[in-house]
Amino acid sequence: MTVSLNDLVFVAMALVIVVAATGVVMLKNIVHSALSLILAFVGVAGIYFQLSAGFIGLVQIMVYAGAISVLIIFAIMLVMDKSVEKTNLFSPNIIRLLAGMGLTFLLFVTLGVSIWFTKFPVVPAEGPVDAVGMLANLFMGDYVIAFETAAILLLVAVIGAIILAKGAEDKQ
Amino acid sequence: MLSDYSSIGIFLLLTISFPVIALVMAWMVRPKPKQTEEKLTTYECGVDTKGKTWIRFRVNYFLYALVFLAFDVETIFLFPWAVKFNSLGLFAFIEMVIFIAILVIGLWYAWREGALEWH
Repeated sequence: MTVSLNDLVFVAMALVIVVAATGVVMLKNIVHSALSLILAFVGVAGIYFQLSAGFIGLVQIMVYAGAISVLIIFAIMLVMDKSVEKTNLFSPNIIRLLAGMGLTFLLFVTLGVSIWFTKFPVVPAEGPVDAVGMLANLFMGDYVIAFETAAILLLVAVIGAIILAKGAEDKQ
Repeated sequence: MLSDYSSIGIFLLLTISFPVIALVMAWMVRPKPKQTEEKLTTYECGVDTKGKTWIRFRVNYFLYALVFLAFDVETIFLFPWAVKFNSLGLFAFIEMVIFIAILVIGLWYAWREGALEWH
């Protein structure tokens, strides 16, 4: 078994993701956890780039590492009440702790089994050369209605967010 | 397979190694006086803070983040269109104008509700 550069990149990215994701759970300060989560998002983007899915990688960095993480940090700022060193501790309740561990174990087994028993056919062909262009042609061609519906979905999201946040502000 | 993106990888390695090398070089040549408490305090300018710094922030920050998220996703949709702008033609242009017009309604609503105002 030879180790190619491709494998090395994958191992490096997987290491970044696993370490960062463990940090999200383990770190005591929730702000550090959020920063660790951003690192995990960037690692996943690295995996996408390694799979030649550049556009998905771009979306991952722009939306997840960019916008979602800002949202998470603002949400933390909004509810920050206790002393910051003790914001992300393990639950003192032993039953909750065990239930969480059991749930994680079940999820792990389910994912592991489904990956292990799925046949992934090896396709030697290269990925699409101009993936973004193909996507543009589909957006503007066959899937016009879906594309415009996405705009309405975003509009609903903006209006809903404003209504919710204004309601929260009026209560203050 | 990796060749297209390997330049990003090399660039990443360079950008990580550059600050490390710069800091190590600076550490090697600089004088190292004894560290007093005054030296170890965080540099701050302006007035000293009163009370705790970890407080709840206004909901306005969250509102900005939510509106930013929606328009960030819009940018993702604009990107393929911009790449293929020349070959797509007028129909796609009108489509994109409709797309942006729908989202501008959201911006107009945010503006009218005073979500962009700071009070």
